[in-house]
Amino acid sequence: MKRFNFIIREPYQNSFLQSFLSRIWLYLHIDMPLLIGLLLLVIVGLFVLYSASGMNLILISQQLIRISIAFGIMIVFSQIPPRKYKAWAPWIFTISLMLLLIVLIIGAISKGAQRWLSFGLISFQPSEIMKLTMPIMLAWYLSDKCFPPTLYTIIKCGVMLIIPVLITAVQPDLGTALIIAFSGISVIFLAGVGWRLICGVNALGALSLPIIWHFMHSYQRARVLTFLNPERDPLGSGYHIIQSKIAIGSGGLLGKGWLNGTQSRLHFLPEHATDFIFGVCGEELGLIGCVVLLAIFLYIVGRGLYISSQAQETFTRLLAGSLILTFFISFFINIGMVTGILPVVGLPLPLISYGGSSIVTLMAGFGIIMSIHTHRKLLSS
Amino acid sequence: MTRKLILKDYDQEKRLFQRRLIVAAIVIILLVGLLVFRLIYLQICQHELYSTMSKKNRLEFLPIEPNRGLIYDRNGILLAEDQPVFSLDIIPDKVQNLKKTIADLQKIVNISQNNLDQFYQAFRQHRTFSSIPLKLNLSDEEVARFYVNQYQFPGVIINARMLRYYPLGETMAGVLGYVGRIDNYDLINLDSTNYSASNFIGKNGIEKYYEQQLHGQVGYQQVEIDASGRIVRTLNRTPPIPGDNLYLTVDSRLQSAAKKALSHERGAVVAIEPRSGEVLALVSNPGFDPNLFVQGIDAKQYKKLLTSSAKPMYNRAISGQYPFASIIKPFLALEGLDSDIITPQYTIYDPGWFKLPNTNHIYLDWNWKSGGHGNVNVTKAIIVSSDPFFYNLAVMLGINRIDDILNRFGFGRLTGIDMLDEASGLIPSPKWKMRVFGNSWYTGDTIISGIGQGFMLTTPLQLAQATGTLANRGLRFKPHLLLKLQTSDGQISDQEPVAEDPVMLSRNEAWHVVIKAMQGVVTSEQPWGTARIRFGIHPKYTIAAKTGTGQVYSSRSRDENETDVTNMPKRLRNHSLFIGFAPVRHPQIAVAVIVEHSPIAGTVAREVLDYYFGLHKHEKV
Repeated sequence: MKRFNFIIREPYQNSFLQSFLSRIWLYLHIDMPLLIGLLLLVIVGLFVLYSASGMNLILISQQLIRISIAFGIMIVFSQIPPRKYKAWAPWIFTISLMLLLIVLIIGAISKGAQRWLSFGLISFQPSEIMKLTMPIMLAWYLSDKCFPPTLYTIIKCGVMLIIPVLITAVQPDLGTALIIAFSGISVIFLAGVGWRLICGVNALGALSLPIIWHFMHSYQRARVLTFLNPERDPLGSGYHIIQSKIAIGSGGLLGKGWLNGTQSRLHFLPEHATDFIFGVCGEELGLIGCVVLLAIFLYIVGRGLYISSQAQETFTRLLAGSLILTFFISFFINIGMVTGILPVVGLPLPLISYGGSSIVTLMAGFGIIMSIHTHRKLLSS
Repeated sequence: MTRKLILKDYDQEKRLFQRRLIVAAIVIILLVGLLVFRLIYLQICQHELYSTMSKKNRLEFLPIEPNRGLIYDRNGILLAEDQPVFSLDIIPDKVQNLKKTIADLQKIVNISQNNLDQFYQAFRQHRTFSSIPLKLNLSDEEVARFYVNQYQFPGVIINARMLRYYPLGETMAGVLGYVGRIDNYDLINLDSTNYSASNFIGKNGIEKYYEQQLHGQVGYQQVEIDASGRIVRTLNRTPPIPGDNLYLTVDSRLQSAAKKALSHERGAVVAIEPRSGEVLALVSNPGFDPNLFVQGIDAKQYKKLLTSSAKPMYNRAISGQYPFASIIKPFLALEGLDSDIITPQYTIYDPGWFKLPNTNHIYLDWNWKSGGHGNVNVTKAIIVSSDPFFYNLAVMLGINRIDDILNRFGFGRLTGIDMLDEASGLIPSPKWKMRVFGNSWYTGDTIISGIGQGFMLTTPLQLAQATGTLANRGLRFKPHLLLKLQTSDGQISDQEPVAEDPVMLSRNEAWHVVIKAMQGVVTSEQPWGTARIRFGIHPKYTIAAKTGTGQVYSSRSRDENETDVTNMPKRLRNHSLFIGFAPVRHPQIAVAVIVEHSPIAGTVAREVLDYYFGLHKHEKV
């Protein structure tokens, strides 16, 4: 990381080849260390998926195509300079909010859960777009405000945040709503909102818990109780968590070996190719494999945090920081859920779970991060 | 805009942001640490627990049904075998919507209501992850049609099963019984572990009596299964121990001959080898096709069998209770001679009726000769079946002595044959009459006992055993159907004859007198033996016999040989009985025949005996 920094700052003091390569990456607006981390994760992910899918090569090739498209989108997004994102911020936020509302209305008319919007060949989830536009919007809004932001500013941010989150939550897509909320909150946090306010909001939240509990429906209470004690409902929602704990726990230190996981191969572990794929990893690759996977995640997060710390503008640093924290929180929630320390919310493991729409937004986010890093003005020269 | 920008302190702002980043980084490291600790907890600390749970998860013990033992007759002719068939099975656990699945299956496979009833019956008693047959015995076409559509039916499979088949059908039904689907009644006394893979159980006859030996011991296979119930692979297998093969004492050819001799008449034939108690033939006519019950008989058919006036489901040979009629006479004669109440020379005048001194009631000889037989001694009385002689003898003996001799021959209680549903017959006593009817025993009751009428009842099996005892001159053996057992590893254990308390007489010549007289029943021309006409042309073997006519309707049909009763409704016609053993000197076979509402018992016996000796002569050649 340090070496790369050095190259960027003093590009002409190194060998020709090195400078050529670095120029190429700079020219392509690609951050090599981040790309290496992502590729590593994707490769490990494909191996795990190969096993989890029961050696289904068709499924793997589909995932490969999806990943290739996502990497293409990442490269496209990295070409766009951050000032453009900043300029478009209010517009793209408004558009994605509108799309969310359209989905909500269509869903209300058809009286069914509706997440997708379809325009001929292309269909997409507006809530996924919101995962990107929310931090862009808030970062734009806060970038020309006084630091630390005033209470009034934060309340305005809160309103901007709460509307899309609520719309997404009633779709109902609690997992994505959670991520959108977190992406906004992380911007506000990084913008330097006062600790007193943070503590105050948290305290308020903690105090309101018994009141919320009081107003909850019995089935909602049952869901919470099942999270606290999965054995309560071993065949319903508790089944997922019991089976994934069995999968991970039976893996031990070294795992049962790649392609040898019985929990997933025998379909005891539900959704083992999508949300619960970490269970397969834990079962087949053991503690060592899990820790290696966590290390790759941590490396990507570390690189992202470094990039945001090196960002030169308020907008870019807030945006990069928020995107990388959102990436972290989505993998943390997923693994936390699979290992049974968090309740089961339908969130995939980023870049590893089989499935399309989240991987594209995720890579677009990394594209923005790369754009932020590669569009800096080289001060030293 | 510019004014605001001037007010911003970029350095301070950057420092604030970086402080926040550090806080975020610390939180991230803490959270990842939490994940790592969680993983260590799950994968190291609780590894043992989850490892066991995982093994339990994917490994399942599946019971394997043992093959049911085969049943052979004494000559090794197969009587009950297992035929492989394809059955359509459902694993209820793996089926989303059972009703819909069955409805869809009905479109491609013909499933009767009876199949459904039996399926739901089994469904209630089996564990839901075991496969339950919906239809046994699929045709090849149905199998093919199902396989084409199999993708539509997760949890529905075609299974190879063994289905019981009785090649001789109706002929052996009374002996073998049949197997049927396990029902609620069977479950009460069932070893549920041993029957966890079984669908069938003996319901009747030998199949039921020797259920334990025939069933065998359930086996297990440890299999790896996926959540949809498919067996991925078998890890290890404890093979089931097949049931023992049974060899019966029955000679199926003799059985067929007896069945054929009875033709459409209702009746029973029991043939026993006197020296061992081995039952050579045990026929109840009409019978039923046991194969109907294996696949599950439908309710309509079953009702028809149950309500038919011919009672095909009723095993007359062991459960049918009939009056002794004149069959009782040799036994009474034995008692009279043995107890010195009469001597072989003791003679009375038979006018064709009997009357107690000082009474007016006349007991007719309602069987034979209207004018009476004149002077009769015990030999002639047996040969011509003189009723007055035995009315008189009964009075002289008294009911207690009569009961005593009948009890010693085993009447009035179960023979202990290896069959269920055996009836005990009835030997009435004054005590019994008081208990049941509440009035005392009259001399008249004793008198009619002399010709085997009244309250007393016997079964064809008891008669056959007692005839064997006569043939053995007192040695008694328990009648049995099992000849030998062959375990699955080939070990054979023979069933030894079981001797019962013999009938000991103080005067051995009594045997001689009675048996000689019984020989006369068949051979004597002067006086004319009652069975002479049946065995008119001298058979190639010597035989001692006694006939009887069971009174059904009190119109005193006088002639047991005459067939001119055709204008009488069949259900009112008399039963005919016959007992006999042959050859007289070294008896090989004792036979008892009862034919309801028809006089052909003697003819049936003749055919059975002829066939038996024809067969054995043949074998020697």
